[in-house]
Amino acid sequence: MICAGLDVGSRTIVLVTMDGSIVDSAILETGVNPLRRCQELLAARSYQRLVVTGYGRHLVSSAIGGETVSEIRAYAVGARYLYPDCRTVLDVGGQDSKVTLLFPEGEVLKFEMNDRCAAGSGKFLEVMAKTLEVDIGNLSALALSASRVVQINSLCTVFAESEVVSLISRGVESSAIAMALHEAIAARIAGMVRRIGPKEKVVFAGGAALNKCLCQLISEKLGIEITVPPEPQSVGAIGAALIAKSGVRLQHAAIEETKTEAIK
Amino acid sequence: MTTDNRQMWAELGIDLKKHDMLMNALPPIYKEIYLSQKNRPQGMGFFDFVVGDIHGIRVQELRQDAKNGTIVVATYCVFVPDEIVLAADAIPVGLCAGTQFSVPIAEEVLPRNTCALIKSSFGFKLGRICPYVQTSHLIVGETTCDGKKKMFEILAEYHPVYIMEVPNKKTQRSRDLWRGEVLAFKEVIEKKTGNKITADRLIKSTRLVNDRRRALQRLYNTRKANPVPISGKDALLATQVSFYDDVSRCIKQVNALCDEVEKRIANGEGVFPAKTPRVLISGSPMAIPNWKLHHILETAGAAVVCEESCIGTRMFSDLVPEKGGTVEEQLKAIADRYMQIHCACFTPNDERLDDIVRLAREYKVDGVVHYNLQFCHTYANEAVKVEKALAKEGIPLLRVETDYSDEDAGQLRTRVDAFLEMIRR
Repeated sequence: MICAGLDVGSRTIVLVTMDGSIVDSAILETGVNPLRRCQELLAARSYQRLVVTGYGRHLVSSAIGGETVSEIRAYAVGARYLYPDCRTVLDVGGQDSKVTLLFPEGEVLKFEMNDRCAAGSGKFLEVMAKTLEVDIGNLSALALSASRVVQINSLCTVFAESEVVSLISRGVESSAIAMALHEAIAARIAGMVRRIGPKEKVVFAGGAALNKCLCQLISEKLGIEITVPPEPQSVGAIGAALIAKSGVRLQHAAIEETKTEAIK
Repeated sequence: MTTDNRQMWAELGIDLKKHDMLMNALPPIYKEIYLSQKNRPQGMGFFDFVVGDIHGIRVQELRQDAKNGTIVVATYCVFVPDEIVLAADAIPVGLCAGTQFSVPIAEEVLPRNTCALIKSSFGFKLGRICPYVQTSHLIVGETTCDGKKKMFEILAEYHPVYIMEVPNKKTQRSRDLWRGEVLAFKEVIEKKTGNKITADRLIKSTRLVNDRRRALQRLYNTRKANPVPISGKDALLATQVSFYDDVSRCIKQVNALCDEVEKRIANGEGVFPAKTPRVLISGSPMAIPNWKLHHILETAGAAVVCEESCIGTRMFSDLVPEKGGTVEEQLKAIADRYMQIHCACFTPNDERLDDIVRLAREYKVDGVVHYNLQFCHTYANEAVKVEKALAKEGIPLLRVETDYSDEDAGQLRTRVDAFLEMIRR
C-alpha cells in the first residue's frame, strides 16, 4: 500500500510517498495558495492513504481529505524512522522552532515550542539575509568566514533588523554581522533545547538544519553532537506517511502501550 | 438593539460609534464559539440570552436601581468581598476585561507590554464603551499585581477608584493587614452608601454569597462525571456571568442548569464521548468574553472539565463560616476566607500547587494546561513550580502563553494538537 505524507509548512510544502520505503519526495514553496500547490503535488502521484501535517494541515485536510497530525508528532515519528536511537528532535522551520523529547520507545514525552513570534526561526535568518543582500543558501558560508566577533542582542526580527542596520552603518563587514545573527539564534534555540533536558541522539530537522553554521553553533553550545538527516525538510512528511500507514487511531493505541512500558 | 438601549447608552456617555462596532463584533463570535456547539444543556439558554443582550437589560436594571439611590460598586478581582457591598444594600458588579477590542484603545496610554487583562479593562473606561463602568459609582481595585496597581492610579483620573491592599505573604502579620483592609473597606462602603452595615445585614449577605458559591460548586461537581455532561465553554460562561449578574438570579439559574445537568449524569449522557481527553486549565483568569483557549481545546477534541482560576475554583471553593456574631467577628471571618484564595500574588504560594494536583485527581484529568496571559509575571514564574509539581505526580502539562488577539491561533492549535496526541486515551 502506498501512503502519502504531506507537510504543509509556512515556507515549504513537502510530499513523501512510501511503500515500505520512500518511493518519492517533492518540495515546493508554500506561496500564497498552499491548497493549489498541494493539489498539484498530489495530482501527479498515486497513493491509497494520506496524512497531512504542518501549519496548514487543517486547511488542506478539510479541502482535500486525509487525517491530520501535529508536526511535533510527525517529526518524532519521521526522525525515529531515520534514526531508531533518536531521543530528541529539534525542528526549526519557517516560523516555529520546536524541540521534542521522546520516550526510549519513540513516543512523544514532552515538547517545547517558541512563543508567538518568528524569533529563533528560519524566517528570522531569511529576513536578515535579505538585509545583508545575500542569498539564504550562502548566509551560513558568509558567517563562517567572519574574522571578528560582534554582538546582536535583540532576537525580535524587527528590532534585530535595526541592530543590523546600525552595525552596517558603523562599517562592520557582513560576515561578522552574519555570524552575530547565527550566534543570537543558536543561543535562543540551545536555551530551548536545554530547558527540555536533551537526550542523545539529537536529530536536527526542518529547513534551518540546512544551515551548517547554525548546526555547528547549536552543537557547540549544547556540548552534544547533533545529527542532520540528508533531507532535513522531509522528516515531517516521512513521519506523516508512516502514520498514514499504521493509521492515526492505531498509532494512539500504540502510544498508550509504550507509555505504560516507559513508566514501568 | 432597541432604541431604549441606545438612549440609555447615550445618557451614560458611551462612545456610540465604537460601541456599535463592539456590539456588532460580538454576535458572530458568539455564534461561532457557543451556538455551534452540539448537545448543549437547555439551561444555557438563559446565558445565551444574557450575552445576546450583554449591555442591555442588566445595565437597565442597574440604572433603575441607581436612580432609586442604590450604589453600584464595580470590581475586577475575587479579593473584593461582595458580602460587604451587599450588606450596605449596594450592588457589586464584576467588570469585563476579556476582549482585544479595547486593547488598542488602552495602548494609547498604557505601555504595550502590559497584560491584556489590564489593557482591556482600562480601554473600556478610556474608550467609554462599557455601560457597566459608566453606571458604577465606584471602582474597587486591589494590589494583586504591579501592573494593575499602577493602572488603577491612572484609571482614577477618569473614575472614582478605591484600592484594597492585598498582602503578598500569608503570615499572621499579613492576615492582620488584610483584616484591617476589610474593615476599612466596610467603612468606605458605608460612607459611600450612607447605609450602616449591621451584624444582621452582614450574615444575610454572607449566606447569599455563599449560596452563589454553593451553586457554582455544584456545577463544577457535575464536571467530574465521565462522560462530562457540560462543555468547558458553557461552564466557563456560567462562571463569567455570575460575576456581574444579580446574585439571587444567578443562584437560581445556575441551580436550574445543575438540575438538568445532573439528570444527564444519571442517564449516563455526556456532551462529548466518554473517551474524550479531559483537561484542567490553571493560571491567569479568563474575564468575559475571553473564550480563546477553551475554544481551541474543545475544537481540537478535548473537554475542559475544570478551571483552577479566579474565574473558576478560586472564586467559590471556600465558604465564609455562617456563624454570625458581631460585625467585627463576621468581618474577621470574611477576611480570613479571602486569605485562602491561592493567588500567585502571594509568596510562597505552594497551596496552589497542592490545589492543582488535587483538582487534577478529583476531575480525573488526562492533562493540565497552564494558561498564562503574556506579561502576567506572577503566574509565568509560578508556572516553573507548577511544572515541577506536576512532573513529580506524572501529570502531563502544556504551558501556554498568549493574549486576547488571534494572531497566534495557529501556533496554539499545533501545541494543543500535539498535547492531545500525547494524552489521548
